[in-house]
Parts: sequence; structure tokens; C-alpha cells
Amino acid sequence: MDGNIALSRRRFLVTGVTATGGLAVGLSALPQLGDAATVSATPWDDDGVAPHELDAWIAIEPDDSVLIRYQRAEMGQGSMTALVMCVAEELQCDWSKVRTEYASANRSVRENNVYGNQASVGSRTVRESHGLMQQIGANARERLIQAAASRLQVPAGELTAANSVVTHAKSGKTLRYGELVGDAAKIKLNKDVAIKPPEQYTLIGQPMKRVDVPAKVDGSAKYGIDTRVPDMVYAAVLACPVPGGKLANVDEAPISGARGVIKVVKLPNAVAVVADSYWRARQALAKLQPEWNTGADGNTDSAQFNAEYRAALDKPGAVARNDGDAGKAIAGAAIKLEAIYEVPYLAHATMEPLNATAHWQADRLDLWVGTQMANNTLKALVGIMRMKPEQVHVHNAFLGGGFGRRGGVDEGVQAAFVSKAVGKPVKLIWSREEDMRHDRYRPQAAIRFAAGLDPQGKPVALSARVAVGSLFRSNNMPQFVKNGVEGPAVDALATNPYDIANQRFEVHLKNTHIPVSFWRSVGASQNAFFLESFVDEMAHAAGKDPVAFRRALLGHRADWMKVLDTLAVKSDWGKKLAAGKGRGIAITECFGSVVGCVAEIDLTPQGKLKVERVVYAADSGHAVNPLTIQEQMEGGTIFGLTAALYGKITVKNGAIEQGNFDSYQMVRLAQAPKTEVHLALTGGKKWGGVGEPGTAPIAPAVANAIFAVSGKRVRSLPLMDQDLSYTRTASL
Amino acid sequence: MISLTVNGKSYQFDLEPETPLLWVLRDEIGLTGTKFGCGVAQCGACTVEIDGRAMRSCSAPIGALDGASIVTIEGLSADRSHPVQKAWIEEDVPQCGYCQSGQIMAVASFLKANPNPTDEEIDANITNICRCGTYERLRRGIHRAAALMKA
Ligand code: FES
Ligand code: FES
Repeated sequence: MDGNIALSRRRFLVTGVTATGGLAVGLSALPQLGDAATVSATPWDDDGVAPHELDAWIAIEPDDSVLIRYQRAEMGQGSMTALVMCVAEELQCDWSKVRTEYASANRSVRENNVYGNQASVGSRTVRESHGLMQQIGANARERLIQAAASRLQVPAGELTAANSVVTHAKSGKTLRYGELVGDAAKIKLNKDVAIKPPEQYTLIGQPMKRVDVPAKVDGSAKYGIDTRVPDMVYAAVLACPVPGGKLANVDEAPISGARGVIKVVKLPNAVAVVADSYWRARQALAKLQPEWNTGADGNTDSAQFNAEYRAALDKPGAVARNDGDAGKAIAGAAIKLEAIYEVPYLAHATMEPLNATAHWQADRLDLWVGTQMANNTLKALVGIMRMKPEQVHVHNAFLGGGFGRRGGVDEGVQAAFVSKAVGKPVKLIWSREEDMRHDRYRPQAAIRFAAGLDPQGKPVALSARVAVGSLFRSNNMPQFVKNGVEGPAVDALATNPYDIANQRFEVHLKNTHIPVSFWRSVGASQNAFFLESFVDEMAHAAGKDPVAFRRALLGHRADWMKVLDTLAVKSDWGKKLAAGKGRGIAITECFGSVVGCVAEIDLTPQGKLKVERVVYAADSGHAVNPLTIQEQMEGGTIFGLTAALYGKITVKNGAIEQGNFDSYQMVRLAQAPKTEVHLALTGGKKWGGVGEPGTAPIAPAVANAIFAVSGKRVRSLPLMDQDLSYTRTASL
Repeated sequence: MISLTVNGKSYQFDLEPETPLLWVLRDEIGLTGTKFGCGVAQCGACTVEIDGRAMRSCSAPIGALDGASIVTIEGLSADRSHPVQKAWIEEDVPQCGYCQSGQIMAVASFLKANPNPTDEEIDANITNICRCGTYERLRRGIHRAAALMKA
């Protein structure tokens, strides 16, 4: 085996030489076992078989420490902890002796897809896999019990398993899991054993500290960008500023002979500079002035897009839902209202800019990257680099934020080509500007609503026509567009449960050259703002309190009612606030969960806004780890609030105008509201997602609070572009 | 040659003086706990202590740091025992964790000068971006760390 590979496959990488004279230092941080489960600071394994494996998922050391592999991604959403809890719940092992690491995408390829879907997307990690993981734990426990039964020569039914020990109560004999794993590994079950019903859970439902936190407070957690491979060089990259454009030419003269520069690599749509340090690569790249072929897209801008999206609203679209006859009902309604809402493109702006480290060799490709979809990344590289699946090794790292952006392909393919071009391992890092200008954005969208209410203020009809980019077409998956409609375009919109007899929703899927994709909470990120603002308009047109108005339309949905009522109680809804302060409410359902929030704001007559307090309520049915759910709602609030206050990606001459956090602002501590989260769980068959839903309801809640204070209805985001000043009157 | 002391060890570098400290720490020394987020002093992911003060290392050229003493997240404690690290674990602060080295370094330095911080002082001084939005727990973590420091 090649020496580089042997080294690079070591779990704790130690750096060797540095190109520019710095003293080499080896770093390795081992997790310390405390009273909590842990994960290695370097979360990927060596794609091989661990000693003492029970199967591809579980290994048990002679000292009873348990390795449980986690097949999806950890980007801060906490699913690594939650899914390992699901296994441990059934395995009945000692939680303090559990360690986890990523399951290998390469091994899955070699072993008949043993790890199945490895993607953490669509808030699906836990809701799709909890059952599988519980079953894996239960079957493992059963095999350990059977191994103990034959060892002790007693019926398996007389044995119990708890805390990593199998006990035969009659004889008082015990065997530890670590003593049984070898025998248990040889036992095959004819059928799955039963998993526990929820009332018997002892671990699921407990607020558990996340396994990845200790490695994230001492700098040891390894993200893709932290990869260090022997003999590695660095690449900085600049793609055509106009998405879809191509590299025409680049004059290398300005950097010829520059210290440390190794090579200029031309890619179809980008230029990369390879050097012995990232800084030198970056400096050299900045001196190049590539020429690009941008075509007609190079003449487009946001003003034109805004006009086009609005114009689309004048033509009939594809029908996503049609109950009764909304047009007729509105025409005959006592109270009519109509409104147009708009939102801009948004960038993901993960804290860790996209990057990948690749080592291309004729018969092997190693990629170190943080990806939400390790097995898709592998598959894409197989196709693009023309390799065999078993030759591609994707070493998934911790992700410095994902939010729908980290697919591992855009950056991974660049790194692979550059590595191939220089014949060495290459760490390729996007600058923040590159990351912001070459995102796959939350689409721009516009919508026109109409509604009709009867004389008592009860809504009789609701209709909307939305123009929005197709995520599936932009991501090369047009098969998911059906009759001109796709789920994300109408999620949290046409899917609303409001008891309004006549409803009609139409869609224009309308893309520009700006690539669009899945952005935390996806369609709900704009649709919840649209719908919940307009429902607030309807409530005010009806002269009703926004909570009472919604309650009257949701009697048939116990989960929505529970969330609404929790919000009303916990937010002190209806209790008087000082002048200039007000509350707004919004509720929505996406990714299988119902979430709502009440925002409490302070708005000065000059239009200075401060979101002071946010109360969340969420129903994900069950809660594997309630602590993570709270954290995800807290984080989702900030993600959604950032978009509501500041989020705006605009286009000029076909290129993205924003480049860094000065032009694409983020909520910081000083703007972060006090946030409280209440779980309003309804159990049953519902296992809802939690990573994304929390992002959706904050924008409309704030906009509705602004109306409550000022009487101003905000119909377009971000709020920083709106004039929020008002004249304070006694009635408000 | 530029001399630096990093986490108590001495180093000598023959590098362009405009090289940001961030890349020296990460690429030359291999201390990857300090993160790159923006490169323009906006986000704070790269925060380290330079001669006792929290600074954004992406915007600190090493030419101006000859003889300086630097502490990175790896040097804050050997065993996660610094009060800020302890508080972070107790409050389960990090999500993706990418900003947290910088947050912790900023807070550790801030608390040295402000052992009893008010929320207003925290808002004015801790300006690092957390894209995951961990601010609720981060604020709690700061107050808890302040308490631990007194204990
Ligand atoms: S990387 Fe230094 S402040 Fe952002
Ligand atoms: S924890 Fe992810 S950016 Fe702060």
C-alpha cells in the first residue's frame, strides 16, 4: 500500500513537514470518557472493519465500551446523538461507554448498501431512521442474549439484558456484553425482534447532552477544512462570477515565479491557483484577471427579475390545490382582500466556507469533506471522475453548518480535478466571497393572495398564485416536478389545514440562471411568511384577534390547537404591553412537525425595531432528545430572523452583489431575542423533523407584531429595506 | 525571521510579513482549532489572544507580531477545564461548533476584564457571528462561566 494512504487513513492525523519553515507539531485529541457518550474528534473511520464487531453498525470492546456507527451527517442538528440514543435504548448498554463515529460510505458500497441512505437532508435523519436504529439495537441485544443462553445452557427467555450485562436471575450468573460479542457475531436471527413501545423508553425522551459538544469546545473537532494530509498543497479558486458562465482565458504572467505558487489549474468554469500555503494561493489568485464567457445572463439584474416574477402573477399557473370554487366565492364575499408579497434570494452562508481535500490517484480517490450526503457525494465522484465506486473514499468530517448547502459535490469535484492536475493531495478552500457568490440559493419568489370573508368575518375562500424557482429543475431532478408543480413550491402554503371551504393555489415554476436549492426549512421559509402574514391580514379584516381567528379554523387539528394554545398561554397573549411594544403570532407545519411562535417586539415611531422575546411551541409527535429540539428551535429562530431582518442576495450584471458578512449581515448576540421553547407533543404515529421547521414561523410572527404596533403591513423582506416608521396614535 | 510564542512554545517563521496569523496557526503550526470564517474581521471565528487581548487573527499580519505571545483554543486549557469551556459543556452551547473556538476565546478574554458582566456589556463586546444561532445558550454560558470563575 502507498505510504500516503497508510498515513492518511490514520484516525488521528499528525502533520509532518511544513513548506515554509514552521515547526511541525503533531496534534491528537482523544475524547475523554466521562458520564456521557462521545464521538472521536476525527469522526470518520478507516473504511474498514473494527475489531470486535457485532455487525457493520456495532462493535463491543472487551471492556464493554460500545461503538455505534452513525450513518448520516452531523452539522450541529444533534442527530448523531439522537440516532445513537435510539440504538442504545434497545441495546440496553451503558450510555457512558458509548462512542460513535460516521459509518463509511465506501464500506456501504462494498457491503451491499449496508448503511442505506446516508443523507441528512429534509429534517429526515431521525424521523426516517429512528425505527431502523431501534431495530438494530434490539436485534443486537437479542443476539447477545442468545449467545449468553448457549454459554450458560439456559433458555434465552430466562435472561435479561441491562447496562451492558446479561443476567440469569435464577442462578445469579451474569455475562458482560464484552464477553459475548464474539459468539453473538456468529448468530443470525430469523426475524427481527419486537422493539419497545414508547411507554417503555428509558433513554429516548431524556434530554441528553450532545456527544459532539466536548470536541467542539477545545478546538479538536475536525471539520473538512481542518484536514491535513502528508504532502498536501493548497488551492484557492475563483469561478465565473456569473453562474453558468465559462472560463475563456487567463493570463498567468502576473504570478509567474511568485513564491510558493505551484500551478494554475483551469477548470471549465473556474480557475484555481495551487500553492504551498493557502494564503499564497489566495494572494496569487487575486492577481489574476480571468476572462469569462457569460452570455446573455451577464446582462441580467434583480430589478428585471423582480419585474418578471411579479408579471408572472398575472397569468394562470399550474394548479396545486383546488377545493370548491375560490374565484366565485371571493367574488360573492362580503369582505374581500388581496395582497402581493415578495422575498429575495438568500444564501446559506454556512460558517465554514465550502472546502474539500482530495487525493486523486489512478486507482483511488480520497475526499475529506463535510457533506450532508456522503453516499451521494461518493456516487457523484464516481461518475464525474470515472472511477469504480469501491475506489472512492469519502471521509466525512464534522460540518461547519449545512442548512441544505453541503452536498460535497461542487467543492469536492473541484478538489478532485485540481488534485489530479498536480498529482498531490490538495486542500481547496472557497473564500467567503466565493462561498456567497456561488451558493445554490433559496429562490426569489412572489405571490398574489386573494380572500373572501362573510359578513361575520369567517373566511369563505382563499386563493394564491405563486411564482418561485424550481429547486428540482435547478438540481437536475426534473422528475420530481409533476404537472408544473413541486412540493417545495407549495409546502406550508397549499398544505395548510385551515378550515376554509374554497381554496385554490397555482404555481409558476420560474427559474433564472441563479441556481436555487434547499435552504433550511425550504419552501416553508418563504411560504410561512406569505401565508401567516396574509392570515393575519384576514384576521384584522374580520376584526378578530389573530389567535382566536386561527383557533376557529383549526378545531379539527388537535396538534395545531395544542401548539396554538401553548403559545397563547406561554406568551401571555392578550396581556397589555407598553406603548411601542407588540406581539405577533405565526404557526405552520413542515417536515412533519407543527411549529409556531409569538414574537414580542419594540418598535419606535422612527422605525427602529428590536425583537425582544420569542416564544416557540413545537409538536414533533415524539421527542428523541428534547434538548436538541429546543436547541434547533432556538437556532432556527436566529436563522429565520437573520433572513427576516437582513437577508437579501441581489444580482447585478448577472453576478451576485454580496460577498461577505458586511454586505450579507447576520444577527449577532446583541440582536438575538430571548427565546423560550415549549414542546407540545402529541405522540401517536407522528415523528416529525426538527432541524428546519423552527426557521419558518419567525418572519411572519415579527411582521405581524410590526402590524400590531404600527398598523404597517410588511409584504416584502428583508425588514431593513422597509420604512417601519409610524405615527403613534392612541388606538394602537 | 519572525518569532512568535504560541501556547507557550517558540516558533520562527520566514514568511511574508503580511501573512495573517490565522494561516500561520492553521497551516504552518497545524493548530486547526482556530477557524477561518470571513477573512475580513467580520465574524470572529479566528479569534485568539495576542499578548493578552482577544484579536481576530485573520486580520493580524504576522509582520506586526514579532515577539508576540499568542494563546489559541488549544492552549486555553489542556483538558477542557477552563471555566468558559466547562460552562459551554454544561449549557450544551455548540451546534455545528465551527464558530465556537472564536466565541470561547472572545468570552474568556472578555471575562478577564469584566468578571461581572451585564447583558448590555456582553452585547457590546461579544460580536462574533454564530450562523447556527446558539446565542441563547451562549449568553447563559457567559453568565455561568462568570459564576464558575468566582467559585
Ligand atoms: S475569519 Fe477572522 S473575523 Fe472572520
Ligand atoms: S455553532 Fe455553528 S456557527 Fe456557531
